[in-house]
This record gives sequence, structure tokens and C-alpha cells, in this order.
Amino acid sequence: MSEQNQQAIAPYHNNFLKEVEERVEDGAWVKMCMQCGVCAGSCPLGDAWEHTPQKIFMMIRAGKREEVLKSDSMWMCTSCYNCIVRCPRKLPITHIMHGLAHYAHRLGLAPKGQPTRDIAKLFWVNSVKTGRVNELKFSLAMYFKDGFIQGIRNALAMQAIGLGLMKAKRLNPMEIFGGHKCKDQGGIRKMIAKAREIEERKQAHTA
Amino acid sequence: MAKKQYAFYPGCSSQKGASASNFVTSIGLMCDKLDIQLNEIPDWNCCGASIGYGEGGELPRLVLNARNLALAEQHLPGQDMVSGCPACWLATREAAERLNKFDDLMAETNEALKEAGLNLKGSVKPRHIVEVLIEDVGFNAMKQAVVKPLKDMKIAGYVGCQTNRPFGIAGESFENPLYLDKMIETVGAEAVTGYDQKVTCCGGALAFSEPEKSQKQIRDIVESAYDHGAEMIVTPCQLCQANVEIYQSEINKKQGTKFAMPVVYYSQLMSVAYGGGIKEAGLDGHIIQPKKLQDIAR
Repeated sequence: MSEQNQQAIAPYHNNFLKEVEERVEDGAWVKMCMQCGVCAGSCPLGDAWEHTPQKIFMMIRAGKREEVLKSDSMWMCTSCYNCIVRCPRKLPITHIMHGLAHYAHRLGLAPKGQPTRDIAKLFWVNSVKTGRVNELKFSLAMYFKDGFIQGIRNALAMQAIGLGLMKAKRLNPMEIFGGHKCKDQGGIRKMIAKAREIEERKQAHTA
Repeated sequence: MAKKQYAFYPGCSSQKGASASNFVTSIGLMCDKLDIQLNEIPDWNCCGASIGYGEGGELPRLVLNARNLALAEQHLPGQDMVSGCPACWLATREAAERLNKFDDLMAETNEALKEAGLNLKGSVKPRHIVEVLIEDVGFNAMKQAVVKPLKDMKIAGYVGCQTNRPFGIAGESFENPLYLDKMIETVGAEAVTGYDQKVTCCGGALAFSEPEKSQKQIRDIVESAYDHGAEMIVTPCQLCQANVEIYQSEINKKQGTKFAMPVVYYSQLMSVAYGGGIKEAGLDGHIIQPKKLQDIAR
């Protein structure tokens, strides 16, 4: 178990619900779930979830820490917000799933190689680096995330679409040399670093 | 008449040469005819999009959006902040609401913003451009600007997710919002009724990471448009537009379908109806050519 994970678990004496309430974004809402199952039935990728949101809420209360945080379920969220608008108890379910996924990622418990986890990281790194997303570099990073050979295969498979987008002037090959960016990249980097520092400070103070 | 002034947040996909660059082209003429002036927020940054949560925690994401709000507040005081991209709008509005509600988050956000020499008071209202059209301009004025009604066109209004949920437009229902159909009719076209995939998710960012699951969604969206006799899909969302247009060829390849359903933005319909040509309406930016609309624009 990683040191960070150990530190996270220690203050809660196996009370996973309390840990989620204090450390996961919008986690305080979990206890409000009344197990109606509307979220599970409303999710466009519902069938793909090993544990639906409804089940995850109950598993948190039952203290199933490893099963929840190591699951790839939360990474099936497409951010469609259907569960949020339909929840009769008004739980911000989308946010809670994002929060759980982020928490599991941060502790290093989220499944390795989970594709949405991987592209989420690539997207963030890509956009924060210059302040704006570089779609060409992001696409290439996605194709090549599983190695060079697989990258070439992926790029070839998507070649027709890429060329179509270039012809439609919606993908610019010149973006490889930098492309769009913010002027105050330094300020953006410093501000994000500060936000992370504050967040870590807060996590250290809970429990 | 004096033009209505707004602070404009285009978003990454609307930049030149990016996946929705034809969207931003198409709103130029539309805004001009409707007396809307969009003033670009200087040095705006990415909102983090819906996938940013994986690596970015709550505060880093709030701070990213707060920077744009602070820049709008400072450089374009008194103007509502308008975005054409649902993800940008959603992320900004969520951030603004959270920051205005929780003083501790606002204080922490400002502590981080200071590193970039900025400060946020929290006075800016983030809005979607469709809200501006419906609430500030109105359907009547949108109709009055039409010089070339789009006659004999049957269109499926595909609203998708994030323009619709969780905030919604003009207080309409989440399950069956009607504003997009009304906009289609405003420009003289026919909105197909009973389009049952109107608010279905296209898979969003998971189109990249979970292509099979996402392409199942896209197949339903396109198939239903065909089933209801539509000649074209119209959407307010940049990611919906891209996903639903781009992956039709992949679905054809894997599943033997023969999809070739054009997918355009509402603003492209309006641009053509307001007298715009192919370039002005961004109709040269498609992989599946919207021929009928291009012919009217010619």
C-alpha cells in the first residue's frame, strides 16, 4: 500500500463513509441516497458499470473501500448529468463519481491503464501546459499512450478521419509546432501549483 | 440600434484550425444580424472540460475557471460572459455558483489567482449563447432577420447533454426541451417530431477512450434521425457535432451501415437563412457534406 494511501486511511479507522465525506468532492452527499436506483437506470453507459452509482453509495456505507476505489465503474461516467437532474434527493451524482474517480487516481488505487483515466490525465496535462488544449498533440498522445507500435496502428486506423478533418480545416498539422497558447502561461502554472498546494494542505488537516 | 455587448469565451475547440472552428465562423453573421457584439476575453484559458476531473482536483478546476471570470470582470466590466460551447459554459457556471456560495472556496481561489496577478469578486454571470438568443433577442427577432427561409428541409433537433443538463435553457424540461425545434422552425425548416434521441448522450469524451460504447450511442442518435425522416441533424454542442459526424464512417466500417447524415450547428442554419454564403456559415467545414443547405447558401 502506498504511503499516501496509508496516510489517507489511518485517521478513519475503517470508516470509509467518513473518509469519503471529508476527502471526496461532494462526498458529504453520499448519506442522502435512498437507493431508488433512478441513477443506475438513467446512465447511458449503465450496462458498463461494474457497480452502478446506486450500488457505489451503498458500498461506501458498507465500508467497501478497496472495492469502490479500485473499481473502473466511476470512469464510465460520460458527464451527461442525467443522474443529477433525475435524482429525487438532488444528489450531485455526476460530481460525486468524478470526485471518487479523482480520489482513487490521486491515491494510486484507480485501475492501471484504464483508458478514460489515461486520457483524462493527458487532457489535463495538455491544457494546463499552455493554458489551451492542443487538439493535435492531444490526439497523438492518446494514440501513442500504449507504445509506439500501437500508436502507429491507431493513427493509421484514424487516418481517413484525420485527413477529412484537415481538409475541413478542423485539424491543423502545424499545431505540432506549438499552436494556440495563452500569453500568461507562467501565471497559469503558478496559480495551478498554488491551488494544488492549498488542496493538499486541506487534506492534511481533515480527520 | 446599439449592439448588445457580451464578454465572449470561445473555448479551445473554437480556435482557428480546431475541431469547431466552423462554429465560431458561423456565429459571426448571426450575431451581426441580431445586434449582438461578442468581445473576446483577453488571454482566456481552457475550462478543464468534463474530463479534467481525473487529474485536476476541485480547486485547480475552480481556479482555471475563476481566471476567465476574473479576466472578464477586469477587462469587460458589466458584461455577461457568453460561451458557445456547452462544456465551457457548464464548467464556468458551476465554478461561479460554487464560488459565490462558499466563501472559503472563494478565498482559496483568490489565494491561487494572486499568483497570476488576478482577483475575483464574483460579479460575472456565465451564460450560453442560446440563452442570449432566446432571452435577450427572442424568437420574433430571430425570425424577422430571415431573408432566405429554409423551405422543405426536415431536421432532427439533437440537443444532447450539457446544453440541457444540469442547468437547462430558458427553464425548459430536461426530458423534452423544445427550444431547438422552435429555432429550426424560426428559420423556415421543419423540425421532426418524436425524435426520441433528442437528449441522448453521444459518449462525450469517452468517444476517445471507449469508442465501442460511444459508437453505440452515436448509432442510436443517427438511426433515429433517419427513422423519423430527417435529412440532417442540428445541434448546439461542439462535441456532439464532432462525435456524431466524425464516427459515422467508423460505424459504417464496423457494422455495415450506410450512414451519411450531415450534422450542423443551429447557427449555421441561421447564417444561411440570414443570407450568408457557404464560407460565412462555416459549411466548408464538414466531413459529411450538408449538400441541401450548401445549395441554399450558394
